[in-house]
Amino acid sequence: MTADRLVKGPGMLLVWLYGVMSVGAVSRSAYQIATEFDRAPLAYSLSAVAAVVYVFITYTLVRGGETARRAALVCCAAELVGVLTIGTWTVLDPAAFPDTTVWSEFGYGYVFIPVLLPVTGILWLRRARRVAPAA
Amino acid sequence: MLNALTLTVSLAALALAAWCGFAAYRDQPTKDWHFAGMAVVTVLALAQLVVGVVRLAQGDEADEGTAIFVAYLLGALFALPAAGFMSLVERSRWGSATVAAGAVVLAVLEVRLHDIWWEG
Repeated sequence: MTADRLVKGPGMLLVWLYGVMSVGAVSRSAYQIATEFDRAPLAYSLSAVAAVVYVFITYTLVRGGETARRAALVCCAAELVGVLTIGTWTVLDPAAFPDTTVWSEFGYGYVFIPVLLPVTGILWLRRARRVAPAA
Repeated sequence: MLNALTLTVSLAALALAAWCGFAAYRDQPTKDWHFAGMAVVTVLALAQLVVGVVRLAQGDEADEGTAIFVAYLLGALFALPAAGFMSLVERSRWGSATVAAGAVVLAVLEVRLHDIWWEG
């Protein structure tokens, strides 16, 4: 393990939550796209995008290192933008979404974890750089 | 039988979450007794999986299909072992917090299981 590993302290809790969201989003979108894609193509495609983002962030957190930290930071920002955009979109135009996505209504169906996770993720990743300056 | 197990696992998971959350609050890592607690809840989840699969084999059907039902049962089984393993790697309050979060996730899974399998 290198000195700049990201999975330590609060990072362990973060990687657990990202892992759970990855498993949840991947299995959910795989099932929905495989069985009933025609019912709500937009919602299910967006869920699949969210799943890819979660898996990638989990992977970069586990991998660690400065490059991974930067990549994870970018993805957390993209995730936050995604949650806010989709969340607002589902509130303003519910008709576009016959079924919910992971990010519908700011992650209401997932105890708002989808909107809280990127914020804590960004805070943690920024702090990780201060604590462990480029070794 | 399955309903009783779902309720038991939910309550046990919430108790475990409170217990490990308390350990995190007191700045303590998970200890042997916490792992014993995780083992008990995991055995309950295993029993739930076995009963659920037996009921499916007997011809009962879950509300949203067999695949989703079995996926949730498997998720419920692996939630705590995964979180417990992570708390072995992270020997600090944050390991305890991870197990507490895992137990909360398990309780949420039980609510979903209750939604898709409830004989009134």
